[in-house]
Amino acid sequence: METIPDMKILVPVKRVVDFNVKVRVKADGSGVDTASVKMSMNPFDEIAVEEAIRLKEAGKADEVIAVSVGPAQAMETIRTALAMGADRGILVRTDEAVEPLGVARVLKALAEKEGPGLVILGKQAIDGDNNQTGQMLAALLGWAQGTFASRVEIGDGEVTVTREIDGGLQTVRLKTPAIVTTDLRLNEPRYASLPNIMKAKKKPVEETTPEALGADISPRLRVVRTSEPAQRQAGIKLGSVPELVGKLKEAGVL
Amino acid sequence: MAILLIADHDNSTLSDATAKALTAAARIGGPVHVLVAGSGAQPVADAAAALAGVDKVLLADAPAYAHALAEPLAALIVSLAGGYDAILAPATTTGKNVLPRVAALLDTVQVSDVVAVHGPKSFERPIYAGNALQVVEVLSAKIVATIRTTAFEAAGQGGSAPVEAVAAADDPAVSSFVGQEVAASERPELTGARIVVSGGRALGSREKFDEFILPLADAFGGAAGASRAAVDSGYAPNDWQVGQTGKVVAPELYVAVGISGAIQHLAGMKDSKIIVAINKDEEAPIFQVADLGLVGDLFSVLPELTQAVAAARG
Ligand SMILES: Cc1cc2nc3c(=O)[nH]c(=O)nc-3n(C[C@H](O)[C@H](O)[C@H](O)COP(=O)(O)OP(=O)(O)OC[C@H]3O[C@@H](n4cnc5c(N)ncnc54)[C@H](O)[C@@H]3O)c2cc1C
Ligand SMILES: Nc1ncnc2c1ncn2[C@@H]1O[C@H](COP(=O)(O)O)[C@@H](O)[C@H]1O
Repeated sequence: METIPDMKILVPVKRVVDFNVKVRVKADGSGVDTASVKMSMNPFDEIAVEEAIRLKEAGKADEVIAVSVGPAQAMETIRTALAMGADRGILVRTDEAVEPLGVARVLKALAEKEGPGLVILGKQAIDGDNNQTGQMLAALLGWAQGTFASRVEIGDGEVTVTREIDGGLQTVRLKTPAIVTTDLRLNEPRYASLPNIMKAKKKPVEETTPEALGADISPRLRVVRTSEPAQRQAGIKLGSVPELVGKLKEAGVL
Repeated sequence: MAILLIADHDNSTLSDATAKALTAAARIGGPVHVLVAGSGAQPVADAAAALAGVDKVLLADAPAYAHALAEPLAALIVSLAGGYDAILAPATTTGKNVLPRVAALLDTVQVSDVVAVHGPKSFERPIYAGNALQVVEVLSAKIVATIRTTAFEAAGQGGSAPVEAVAAADDPAVSSFVGQEVAASERPELTGARIVVSGGRALGSREKFDEFILPLADAFGGAAGASRAAVDSGYAPNDWQVGQTGKVVAPELYVAVGISGAIQHLAGMKDSKIIVAINKDEEAPIFQVADLGLVGDLFSVLPELTQAVAAARG
């Protein structure tokens, strides 16, 4: 297999509340309590890192760069990506909550600096559930986008992406450089081995800020309030199928 | 507020999702124009014109729009955006793909998955798999938002809006369509179905899923859905996944079979009117949201239930 010379892959990774945690809304409605909960890499971003590493292992890329926009602790998320096999990291430090447009502006500045052939993002960060950043980055760069990918194939100057859409699958061919966002079925991310976790500590991580990159991260939304959704009450347990059918008839659905 | 609503369609039929997003548009208030971008999509434009509350339909008919590729479609929407204060689309995979691209080109952020309209620029949306609701106010001049269709009733018929042809925009020509695999089904569409029967990991194989879940769905005249575990294991197609990162449904009746009730799954079905859970583990979290629970082995419960439902519906 032929290595595509200088094919870098940029992988944005977000530090989010772990998917197993059921978050609580703060009593004063000012937001969600994230003070002492477990944080992890956004699961879709693990899939993105895995895909980038596999492309490198297959000789289709030669460098994988993990980027995170966030507070100092986002370094842990970058280290996780490095332990999985990314080559180096970039931490764009800010303590602000950055909206998808702001993240996309930061990533645009980095893409212009690094010149990647692909940027692989998660389709959705599971905290804000926005599903926007990849599409926005594609817009700002004027690149093609292959969102919700379940299969990615690199060709010469192009990438073929199979996408999970309502009703089935769609395959598109994109000119590179291009943006890909991952869906759940793209791959199964590896666990970092202990030796690789040790090695990751020595891999280079550059630190910068949105300001240094000239990226405007000012918000376009004001959060008015955050509230707890209505809770469902547990109902009744039934002993048999005829009882269940009886209840469904009572409820008018049968 | 002049509103541009992007129609969701397959060039021949207008999806119900569009009629639901139209209701959200009406809550914002102001004239609503519907953009139908497609190829050979006149029937879709006619259907949009017949929806109550539509003031005008814009039809952009060109081969470039045949498959709703994000790059040409976003360019078209941006070329029309000058005349509008808000650009909306239903939160289908097409809307989710295209609209953030439009938002970025218009220098704004998108409000994703709107479930309530509180004011012309103020919207409510779920975050953290629906474990919190957030009200946000849009600070930029233009609003770009996707609408969660389960939160709004479909607008009715009775409109007679004019259909106006609009010119195609320059195609960025960076993407092309290769192919599509869309399974035709006799069953109702998952997100609009009145009854949904979903199966989980407990089914154990595609054969068992087909043998146990589908007959129950059919006995109800409903749609079939699945948990992520069932989809990942290949028991059901990916577009059947119900949940935070799959489809959101809110039917009159949701039957969860062999599904534990992870928060990511609940995010996609907890607004259903009646939830039935069938699970052999009486401690399964799904029972905390179920109105009617049956503790038992699905492989013995389902055949009996399927027969009883078929009998009840004659
Ligand atoms: C980023 C991310 C996104 C996700 N998005 C989604 C999503 O959109 N939708 C989604 O569903 N999940 C999603 N998940 C996965 C979710 O966390 C759970 O892993 C998944 O929902 C579990 O599926 P399940 O309930 O079928 O399987 P399990 O949790 O394994 O549950 C199987 C259940 O079947 C019961 N059972 C076993 N045998 C029988 C029997 N013979 N009869 C009756 N009952 C039986 C068991 O008691 C158990 O409760 C996501 C996860 C992540 C990390
Ligand atoms: N703060 C961030 N740092 C790095 N990557 C991010 C950040 N926010 C979002 N992303 C990337 O964008 C994807 C989609 O996020 P979102 O649009 O917020 O749902 C994520 O899966 C990440 O790949």
